[in-house]
Amino acid sequence: MAYTPDKPKLAESSDDLRARIPGWGADLDPKDRPSVPQEVFDPDLSGAHWEFPERQPERWPRERSIEHKFLTPVFGTSTPPRGLSGAIRRYSYAKYSEGRAAHWLLLLAADRVDVAESRLRSLVTGRPDRLIHETGVRSELSHHGLRSRLGRNRTDVTHHPLDPAIAAAPYLIGAGLGYAIMRRMARNR
Amino acid sequence: MQAMVYRGPYRVRVEEKDRPKIEHPNDAIVRVTRAAICGSDLHLYHGMMPDTRVGMTFGHEFVGVVDDVGPSVQNLRPGDRVMVPFNVFCGTCFFCARGMYANCHNVNPNATAVGGIYGYSHTCGGYDGGQAEFVRVPFADVGPSLIPEWMDEDDAVLLTDAVATGYFGAQLGGIVEGDVVVVFGAGPVGLYAAKSAWLMGAGRVIVIDHLDFRLEKARTFAHAETYNFAEHDDIVVHMKKITDHLGADVAIDAVGAEADGNLLQHVTAAKLKLQGGSPVALNWAIDAVRKGGTVSVMGAYGPMFSAVKFGDAMNKGLTLRMNQCPVKRQWPRLFEHVRNGYFKPSDLVTHRIPLEHIAEGYHIFSAKLDNCIKPLIVPNAA
Ligand SMILES: [Zn+2]
Ligand SMILES: [Zn+2]
Repeated sequence: MAYTPDKPKLAESSDDLRARIPGWGADLDPKDRPSVPQEVFDPDLSGAHWEFPERQPERWPRERSIEHKFLTPVFGTSTPPRGLSGAIRRYSYAKYSEGRAAHWLLLLAADRVDVAESRLRSLVTGRPDRLIHETGVRSELSHHGLRSRLGRNRTDVTHHPLDPAIAAAPYLIGAGLGYAIMRRMARNR
Repeated sequence: MQAMVYRGPYRVRVEEKDRPKIEHPNDAIVRVTRAAICGSDLHLYHGMMPDTRVGMTFGHEFVGVVDDVGPSVQNLRPGDRVMVPFNVFCGTCFFCARGMYANCHNVNPNATAVGGIYGYSHTCGGYDGGQAEFVRVPFADVGPSLIPEWMDEDDAVLLTDAVATGYFGAQLGGIVEGDVVVVFGAGPVGLYAAKSAWLMGAGRVIVIDHLDFRLEKARTFAHAETYNFAEHDDIVVHMKKITDHLGADVAIDAVGAEADGNLLQHVTAAKLKLQGGSPVALNWAIDAVRKGGTVSVMGAYGPMFSAVKFGDAMNKGLTLRMNQCPVKRQWPRLFEHVRNGYFKPSDLVTHRIPLEHIAEGYHIFSAKLDNCIKPLIVPNAA
């Protein structure tokens, strides 16, 4: 009872639990639990044979947080910034610290621009995106789309219709714009 | 080589990409034999993580065979079977020297607040991930471990994140004998957290979710008492009722930023990206724990702000503990537990998807079709 000093009794004792649940209490002693931020200084633990690692060559100007003193000795080389989205990203890294909302909002904006740019790029290169294939919606048929959702008390069911709208939004907006432009051109003739 | 590639929110495909190269003398190239899709990959898939670039390969849970090593690698040889923790880390910086491998300062130029993670956007260092035939593994002398002879590959791949993170979540709770522990989220990480809570001596373990097939797993796999929050008007009031109006001693948020809360939260967070995620599960944890209790967070949150009930946490005198899991520190102990049969990590694997069908894999997992709990990805060459 919360209104009196004692802790409420549990239905099962530790002995009952030990009998019922494999491994119950194996790590009862916190010393057997390997991490939790216990910051024990032990630089020889990891197998590293350097104090400061050799530096990975920088093959293009690698964007970095201005909170770092210098480019970290090792970094990922996936998808260098390019196009307009790349310019926004470089600006965001050069200008704002991680503490600024502007930093993250610019990066998110660049992500949306990046998607639009790569749609265009794939159209121009004659390899348009295969929308149906890339969304994986065919699995709705092969993996019980309806039966997985209906009558199952899921709270996310009401949100699912928003997902295809988001995936299709750039195409719908693009088509709408195209239609408006064509209509205007037809009228002006 | 074939690799999964991000094309924009809700869209991925398999592309032909260049094989990764040794970029640093301590790199290894690993031929992936098993990868997994993690719940936190869905934050990327839904376009919620800042600086997720089109063309990037995801995947931070993978195991494989060493294909090539850089000139300074001493501990690995081509042909070795290895498991790779999801953290990229140097082993010697201020943080690594203190065992905080998830917080390494030498691997992520893009941010200082978060460490390096394979296939987890440029916010986490811009490393391509393991949902591919080959992957670059930096600091090969530090990160990977040989897969023990007796261990199954399917168990090993789950130990690279999901199991270790679940166990870590229970540890952060500081559980003492007889504690009432509530876990929000019955995904793989939540299920392992519930299971681990028993190892640490919990007296009662409660799991909350809205998917009945996951709650079923929580009962059978994790021996937990379960409630479906969709069946309760207010899950916090229900939690109070079943704990003598005290609340749980420890609450674990194993959901993270993808919590499907009310429509407003969902739209501002998941759709409009105005919050770093929908903190519904975290707020439930803060509300459902008793005064003076501990809230543990290892569900993934992005760097953006979220509307967290900080006042309640303050007024209740809560201890909030959180971090990404330093996976490799957990391994020796977890290997023992697996060997003793306390854990069979791969019990939660429900789907095996060939790399070429990864778009379907993401959709099935994201929409929770077909009772999907944990999908494994099998590269074509494996
Ligand atoms: Zn993960
Ligand atoms: Zn480090």
